[in-house]
Amino acid sequence: MISLEALTKVHVTGTTRTTVLDHVDFTVGAGEIAAVVGPSGAGKSTLAECVTLLQRPTSGRVVVNGDDLTALGERDLRVARRRIGTVFQSDGLFGRRTAAQNVALPLEYLGVTRVEARRRVAELLDRVGLGHRADARPHELSGGQRQRVGIARALALRPRVLLADEATSGLDPASTASIVGLLRELRDDLGLSILFVTHEMDTVLQIADSVARLDHGRVVERGRLLDLLRDPASPLGTALRPARESAEAPPGARPWRLDYVSADVPADWPSRLGEALGAPVALLGASVESLGGATVGHATVAVPEAVADRLPGVAAALGLAARRAGQGSAPATAPAAVAGAELVR
Amino acid sequence: MSALLAAGAPAAYDNSVPLAEIPALVLPALGDTFLMVGIVMAVVVVVGVPLGALVHNLGPAGLAPAPAVHTVLSGVVSIGRSLPFLILMASIVPFTRFVTGTNIGIAAAVVPMSIAGVAFFTRIVENSLRSVPSDRVRVATASGASPLQIVRTAQLSEALPSLIGGLTINTIAMIEYSAIAGTIGAGGIGYVAVTYGYQRFDHTVMIVTIVLLVATVAAVQLVGDAAVRATSPEPVPRRRWWRRRSDGPTPVAVTAV
Repeated sequence: MISLEALTKVHVTGTTRTTVLDHVDFTVGAGEIAAVVGPSGAGKSTLAECVTLLQRPTSGRVVVNGDDLTALGERDLRVARRRIGTVFQSDGLFGRRTAAQNVALPLEYLGVTRVEARRRVAELLDRVGLGHRADARPHELSGGQRQRVGIARALALRPRVLLADEATSGLDPASTASIVGLLRELRDDLGLSILFVTHEMDTVLQIADSVARLDHGRVVERGRLLDLLRDPASPLGTALRPARESAEAPPGARPWRLDYVSADVPADWPSRLGEALGAPVALLGASVESLGGATVGHATVAVPEAVADRLPGVAAALGLAARRAGQGSAPATAPAAVAGAELVR
Repeated sequence: MSALLAAGAPAAYDNSVPLAEIPALVLPALGDTFLMVGIVMAVVVVVGVPLGALVHNLGPAGLAPAPAVHTVLSGVVSIGRSLPFLILMASIVPFTRFVTGTNIGIAAAVVPMSIAGVAFFTRIVENSLRSVPSDRVRVATASGASPLQIVRTAQLSEALPSLIGGLTINTIAMIEYSAIAGTIGAGGIGYVAVTYGYQRFDHTVMIVTIVLLVATVAAVQLVGDAAVRATSPEPVPRRRWWRRRSDGPTPVAVTAV
């Protein structure tokens, strides 16, 4: 488990002081995958580097499995770092070493015997599905395969905590999905706590249990992924939900936006909604998906103006929050949309 | 040498070395050159690699930046690099005599050549280490490596092909320096070229030394390139200097543009 307590990092160049991290409090529980998202320059990379103390925080504490890393000297820190596996964005594989030799690096630094290292490396490469590419050099592997080697290397010393710094950024969608699948599998099998730093909202949906949004060095919003997705007022939830254009409402009807706010929205809600209102319900657009067994999403529907007053009540009974959609109807969503655009960028 | 002078004596005005005796004159000299360059390169690698790694890691992109120490060390290296070899050699004669007890011969030539070579190679090592992607060092640090382990695995080992390429350049420069050192009686092929080819206008000896020097440099380059290819993870294209001209744009194309 990782816990960041009032973590602050100030860069001083000449007379200017730039606060990159401002009292960041954040916890990744045992066996949890926590994502940190934010626009470029929000301090994500600095946060990741502070966790392994590649950068010394100005103040605050980094507590990993009960040890305060900020209090350690250089030698103890080297020992402590071995308990955190780090997966880097640009895999960071050593070009002159084979996949197996790359995975063996942390073992080599530790001074593990050759025989033992070889056994462990074979086990790790099998674990990430690359047992057959042990002797390949990094340039002979695909981006996704390289990242798998990077993950195997991060796991070499059996860490309890994994730090993934933009681990899937720059990978194609299929590779990203396979890396995400691998990380979830490792979490389930090894009980790892994973801190997943990324700017990709899609990946967060696939991997995270909880999310925090970093902006200008501060955690501006955080919570469980499903809670955020079911909260129509949450800017982070809005940013995480894919925004889709919906069709024009038919004449005489007004568009409504329905958000899944409950865990048990019936799958046949459109027909139930129509029955309860005694009027046709036109589906103009929707994005509904299942995340780890829970259904989340939103839809835009049109109902005749005559029954519009009854819609919010009926929808609420089905676990849907309704609000009028369309031109200038929901001023509250405008800032959220801007924040979303910023996040996605 | 007196034997050689005597051999040239019978022909009154032609003091050139007879063709048959050229191998006996040139080959031991070539051996001396190899010895000189060999000793110098050993010193260069043993001193230059740690020194280059030190300069790099004390610098702004290094593991332990120390601006003051870096400036001083880098300045000393720059002085060594900036003096023309002939001047460097002449100016440190007292030091050479202190170290070797003489100021002529191979031993005396090795001292200034080593100083110039180390300065040269320090810069090459520094430059090679700078070109290693910085994420290698971060990976090693995050994997729990000690500073020495980082330097060895994430810096020197990753830069090996580039270091070997630099070593090749350095070796060739030292062959050149050994010829300059020939002017102060260091022996070697350069000495033969100067005393026989230049001072005695013996064109045959001159041509033979030139051919041998060109062949030596070409051989060093070939071996160096092969070593770079062997240590590089990705395939390195072979040097095709004999085709380079035809690869470039033809003069016709240039005028057409």
